[in-house]
Amino acid sequence: MVENQRGLDIFAHVVLLLGVATVAFPVYIAFVASTHTSTAFVSGTIPLLPSTHAPASYGDVLAGGVAAQMSVPISLMLFNSMVMALLIAAGKIVISVLSAFAIVYFRFPFRVLGFWIIFITLMLPVEVRIVPTFAVIADLGLLNSYAGLTVPLMASATATFLFRQVFLTIPDELTEAARIDGAGPMKFFRDILLPLSQTNIAALFVILFIYGWNQYLWPLLITTDSGYYTIVAGIKRMADVVESEPLWNYIMAVTVLAMLPPVAVVIFMQRLFVKGLVDSEK
Amino acid sequence: MSFSKIAAAGTVSLLALAGTTQAQTQIDWWHAMGGELGEKTEALATAFNASQSDFVVVPSYRGTYTETMTGAIAAFRAGEQPDIVQVFEVGTGTMMAAEGAIVPVYQLMADAGVAFDPSAFLPTVVGYYTDPEGRMLSMPFNSSTPILYYNKNVFAAAGLDPAQPPRTWAEMESFSRQIMASGAAECGFTTGWVSWVQLENFSAWHNLQIGTLENGFGGLETELTVNGPVQARHWENLARWQQEGVFKYGGPGGGADAPPLFYAQTCAMYMNSSASRAGVLNNTPDFEVGYGMLPYYDDVAGAPQNSIIGGATLWVLAGGSAEEQRGVAEFFNFLSSPEVQAQWHQDTGYLPITQAAYDLSAQQGYYAANPGADTSILQMTLNTPTVNSKGLRFGNYVQIRGIIDEEFQRLLAGDVDAQGALDAVVSRGNALIRDFEAAN
Amino acid sequence: MQTKRTIFGNKGLPYLLLAPQLAITAVFFLWPAGQAVHQSFLREDAFGLSTTFVGLRNYRALMDNSEYLNALQVTVVFSIATVVLSLGLALILALAVDRMLRSAAAYTTLLIWPYAVAPAVAGILWWFIFNPSIGILPFVLEQTLGRDWNHNLSGQDAMILVVIAAVWKQISYNFLFFLAGLQSIPASLREAAAIDGAGPVKRFWTITLPLLSPTTFFLLVVNVVYTLFDTFAIIDATTGGGPAQATNILVYKVYDDGFVGLNLGSSAAQSVILMLIVMMLTFIQFRYVERKVTY
Repeated sequence: MVENQRGLDIFAHVVLLLGVATVAFPVYIAFVASTHTSTAFVSGTIPLLPSTHAPASYGDVLAGGVAAQMSVPISLMLFNSMVMALLIAAGKIVISVLSAFAIVYFRFPFRVLGFWIIFITLMLPVEVRIVPTFAVIADLGLLNSYAGLTVPLMASATATFLFRQVFLTIPDELTEAARIDGAGPMKFFRDILLPLSQTNIAALFVILFIYGWNQYLWPLLITTDSGYYTIVAGIKRMADVVESEPLWNYIMAVTVLAMLPPVAVVIFMQRLFVKGLVDSEK
Repeated sequence: MSFSKIAAAGTVSLLALAGTTQAQTQIDWWHAMGGELGEKTEALATAFNASQSDFVVVPSYRGTYTETMTGAIAAFRAGEQPDIVQVFEVGTGTMMAAEGAIVPVYQLMADAGVAFDPSAFLPTVVGYYTDPEGRMLSMPFNSSTPILYYNKNVFAAAGLDPAQPPRTWAEMESFSRQIMASGAAECGFTTGWVSWVQLENFSAWHNLQIGTLENGFGGLETELTVNGPVQARHWENLARWQQEGVFKYGGPGGGADAPPLFYAQTCAMYMNSSASRAGVLNNTPDFEVGYGMLPYYDDVAGAPQNSIIGGATLWVLAGGSAEEQRGVAEFFNFLSSPEVQAQWHQDTGYLPITQAAYDLSAQQGYYAANPGADTSILQMTLNTPTVNSKGLRFGNYVQIRGIIDEEFQRLLAGDVDAQGALDAVVSRGNALIRDFEAAN
Repeated sequence: MQTKRTIFGNKGLPYLLLAPQLAITAVFFLWPAGQAVHQSFLREDAFGLSTTFVGLRNYRALMDNSEYLNALQVTVVFSIATVVLSLGLALILALAVDRMLRSAAAYTTLLIWPYAVAPAVAGILWWFIFNPSIGILPFVLEQTLGRDWNHNLSGQDAMILVVIAAVWKQISYNFLFFLAGLQSIPASLREAAAIDGAGPVKRFWTITLPLLSPTTFFLLVVNVVYTLFDTFAIIDATTGGGPAQATNILVYKVYDDGFVGLNLGSSAAQSVILMLIVMMLTFIQFRYVERKVTY
């Protein structure tokens, strides 16, 4: 920061510690639940401290001991989730950055209409349009395929909107300078816009990766082959016991394991949006 | 032999050979059984596949009951429906009314020429899914009925006989008060599934009508009639007991908050599905569990009658080829064989659907080794079902269950009295039933 | 809507750039959405075997339905609370992290991590924390304040629970974008202001907030849409719209009537109305709020 104000720094730390404590509390509970036996969590006020059963829970899960519950090896589910997350995140970013570029930097008929049409996709969740959407997927022959799992989810209004905001803040002088230099639009896009959008692309990648990672209903609806199960589908399957108690320790153990790849992505992307490593001077 | 005959014989043999190496007919089965139950469900398919070579049943877990049913309907409308789908009992109305979409079981079996004896099935289990002429529409798969679980240790500590569960509601109240007074537990009882246990089964158990036209079996023009004096009296008691701590509410729907109350020994008694037995035993290592039938008001004539089932059944969707439907018929035959049923019943705690399976389990000494495992069956077969206790069938029943939960919550919050709550259930529920009637 | 002064002149290129997104949107969204609108004028059974055209009947039935009007009310309360809290808290956290040099990465990871919890699991965790029988929070509340928490019976408790759950989900998201926005404000500007004698608060109001406004506008619009459309999973996992419809927001009613209740006509009508409401809200935001944004 600019000046060195100890008071403000300490206050900031306190705020952050409180924030982390509240925001991370449910995650902490998940971890605690994974270290107890399956019955410890429904027999009285839930314990707040971890217990000693972690090796048993995690060992069982990783060694495939709960395969009975999920019917598919955990490695396969993690793989499917990874494929979906990466494809969707990459696809969304690529498509949206191009669309935003078109909308902001060009004038053409139906420009504004195009933006609103893209925006409307936020306003009708899958559950509401499940019957016709399923029919479309079936007609296109995309059931039980990675294409069907990822392509329909690649239109992202939030990403397009975000890039629009970012591009609008970029000074016109840069664009004029580029045009004077004889650079075409795509060169401008590649050499100037993309680098300046780096922090936002990184942030978006984290969010979109997690979005793809946590997909549950869409894969459930359009795949009947359990070889396409995602990790969240596996977790839900373990929790969906109708007339008895789920095995909470296993469910939470898998949940904690399922959070590791997104955390890895977050840590990896940090380098792109923490100050000092990004030249943000315009 | 002339050359032509040899050639003919050779051709016939070749064709026969080709027939036996034909690909097996695939039968798609969509189910909603998660967790370990899912594994056991899919084991049934594996066993069937291994027992013959014409068909292969491919099970597929499609999410919760709601997700499975809605997914199947979306698939049907897109022409991609499975052969068999597991639907919960509250979806029966919707499935039954969809005459072009389903193939009733009795018809399936007849068309496929598979031997099928409806009388081999337990009437109370199957009755829920028959039409007014008594013909089976769907195949019961995982059915259960609510029973009473109680904490024997707490009973003993409170000075009650641990071998004697309460039989009447009067006893429920007096036992609860004794337990609470002695400090052995904080509350008397809790319940899962308020709608299923404390209204539907309550009515059937007391031989009280739930709706006109044989509880809806007779046609879509039915109307609810659950707001009778006995039901109102019971709900009033529940509200009063909640105030006094005798009863603790477990939440709407399945009542997810109720099991922890019992496991933690906060409440001494617990009413829920008989299929919860395994879960109850697993989660109560510190005390001994006892089993009893549902309590009743002994001043009501006709009580106790018999309880009704809940759970899910297997429906056959139209659109499959004749060969696929024959495969489904064979699979159903397999599922209802005594050995398979007895094994399923013992492994999962769900009710056996045939008398033969029940007898086989008894023969195998299962009930002797597992006390309380037959409470549900005894309760269900206590009497021959009357028109009031065969089950119920209303359209839009998923949402009507939601209304029952809402009105019960309003009752407990003091916003309405018991009669008012039940009257609201009837009027709001009838509106939904009329909607369903108009749409079908 | 805001537009740039300097643009490129190509005529065909923009269509090419927009094509992928529009194609996907048209096939997988517009077409099914059109079907859904069509469905709102029908009355049919779940399987689509008997369909009747009923015109505006589904819409009129909604207007007369007290449940629907209650849902409107509940939605307003829920949305305002959620949007204000999630934006406000996230901004505070982002500002705090922005000050950090060394621990920024650690804090950022810890604050974004919860976003990675699958919604299905989050519902379970809230059940563990808020459950009247085994939950930790009711236990603490009873011991300290003597307050008896039961969101199965008290509408107020239920609303508090769903707002907390929805805000929790959004804080990480908002925090991340606020941070990215803050990080791209040139340090030179803040230094210049500091040299001119502006303290941190003044700098916030005159430099940070205006330069952050494109991000803030983005988050405002997105958060409003999120609260109105993406929150039914949370409601489903925690209160189920109850007790007695105290948390039955509009989109939950859409989900409950359509996906669960299989009353597709009414559900489609409700989603059309909801779409119109949000389009209007978004339009108002673009027309009036965007004027305050400095690009």
